[in-house]
Amino acid sequence: MNAFWIILTGALVATSCGLLGTFLILRKMAMVGDAISHAVLPGIVIAYLLSESRDVLPMLIGAAALGVLTTFMIEFLYQKARLQIDASIGITFTWLFAIGIILISLYAGQVDLDQDCVLYGEIAYVPLDLWITESGRLLGPRPVWILSGVLALILLIIILGYRGLKITTFDPEYAAAVGISTVFWHYLLMSAVSVTTVVAFESVGAILVVAFLIVPPATAYLLTEKLHNMLLLTVGLGILTAVSGYYLAVWIDGSVAGAMAVSSGVFLLLAVLFSPSTGVLTQRFRQQAIPVPAQGYKER
Amino acid sequence: MKTAIETHNLTVAYNRRPVLWDIDFQIPEGQLIGVLGPNGSGKTTLLKSLMGLVQPSSGYVRLFGQSLDEVRSRISYVPQRESVDWDFPISVREVAVMGRYRKHKLLGRLNKEDHRLADEALEKVGMLSFADRQIAQLSGGQQQRVFVARALAQQADLYLMDEPFAGVDAASEEAILSLLKEMKQAGKTVLIVHHDLHTAHQFFDWMVLLNTRLIKCGPTSSVFTADYLKQAYGGQLTILSQVSDLVKARDFPIRERSFKDQPK
Ligand SMILES: Nc1ncnc2c1ncn2[C@@H]1O[C@H](COP(=O)(O)OP(=O)(O)O)[C@@H](O)[C@H]1O
Ligand SMILES: [Mg+2]
Repeated sequence: MNAFWIILTGALVATSCGLLGTFLILRKMAMVGDAISHAVLPGIVIAYLLSESRDVLPMLIGAAALGVLTTFMIEFLYQKARLQIDASIGITFTWLFAIGIILISLYAGQVDLDQDCVLYGEIAYVPLDLWITESGRLLGPRPVWILSGVLALILLIIILGYRGLKITTFDPEYAAAVGISTVFWHYLLMSAVSVTTVVAFESVGAILVVAFLIVPPATAYLLTEKLHNMLLLTVGLGILTAVSGYYLAVWIDGSVAGAMAVSSGVFLLLAVLFSPSTGVLTQRFRQQAIPVPAQGYKER
Repeated sequence: MKTAIETHNLTVAYNRRPVLWDIDFQIPEGQLIGVLGPNGSGKTTLLKSLMGLVQPSSGYVRLFGQSLDEVRSRISYVPQRESVDWDFPISVREVAVMGRYRKHKLLGRLNKEDHRLADEALEKVGMLSFADRQIAQLSGGQQQRVFVARALAQQADLYLMDEPFAGVDAASEEAILSLLKEMKQAGKTVLIVHHDLHTAHQFFDWMVLLNTRLIKCGPTSSVFTADYLKQAYGGQLTILSQVSDLVKARDFPIRERSFKDQPK
């Protein structure tokens, strides 16, 4: 049963992150997840100081708020200060992370805390974190419920907002010209990313979240030429990664999150080598297959 | 004749540096209009301010006598080709059908008519047989034609196109140009940013000559003169030396192209 819950958790995170990551990659903002994983630190500290407890909920709220602030800051530096997008991301998260460190050092006496509290959730412990109702009924692991809720929300956004996200990602200028608000779709996506990553950090840890956000979509990108196929393929790959990663972890008796991240990398490598259109090896085979014009052949 | 586009004292600045200064013009409906000027003279910025994509620091724009928001569905925009990522996982047909996206229809489904109009537009630019290809697998000229198709699918009355002939092969240039003429016949107004002086005077009925300030706006014959071109292109000697040839050429308009275009 534990195996089932762990794999299900992994698959839920993979699906949510993969769907959002697809759009992040196409917007050249893949590192946003990584940035958020650092930038939430001050949010966690402030939430801790205000609530004076180590309850998860206030910290999640603090972290999610900082996640959204991160995306605002990145956008501000990119649009208004006209910095490159990667520079904007780098500046934002180092700066916010540093503020978190300062806060911790200022309140060192009161804060027994670092980002581990939220960031290093451990997927292997998911089956232990059970949700028990007042009347004592056992409802299964709490993270599975929360992550299912998050996934439902994301599916809603992606399915209803598919065309809005697609056009504002592909050609924001044209979208704006027909009156579609690029700002709205940007912040809708970024808020979804913030909330999802923060919730997922807490259940499965930051490394796995960042991996699921980038690697399966990047793999799918190599394998298909259509956006909706890329989304479906990302989900399939994510689930496959969760399953294979779990059994890899059992086999080597190692970290589940680590094994899942590694397994996602293996799929990426396979795609790099064997992608039908861009695969390194595929192209080599194909070159051999191209018939060489016979002697005397003239181009017209 | 009714006015399609008018700007009033339009001034646009980036970081307080003006790139358009006090632009004032009116263009009638049903014309093929060329916007000309050297690099960085504000041509793209003019189009973007007509489309409301940049905010003017002063002045305003009227399209068909109204503000942009009132007539947005009648205006279609073709951005510069470099403005998008051509490796994006999307097919030719999907790009064309984007011409049917509307602000308030974004959540609903596209209907048969939308798909038919998109295919019809692809047919017109000669790209229907490529409809299922990913856009990365097209030549520059074909990509440009897909952009034009998307604008056509929108079924607008005024088309604003940013350098649709840039980096385009001869076949595509011919295809786009004849399409533009067809659109004009149908009473559409088409405004095109163009950088090639050699072809400009053959293509357009009307011209806007720009160099941060408006040099001249009017029918081609009154704008395409050595004097105005010199004012616009200033000290660019290589261009200046060509200008007098071009103007001479215009005075002898018997060219192959004009013969070909004669109705049979
Ligand atoms: N987003 C921007 N921010 C700052 N300067 C810009 C921006 N876009 C264009 N410019 C500058 O404005 C001037 C006019 O640009 P543009 O309208 O693109 O000219 P054109 O299309 O005629 O080549 C150029 O000097 C360009 O460098
Ligand atoms: Mg330009």
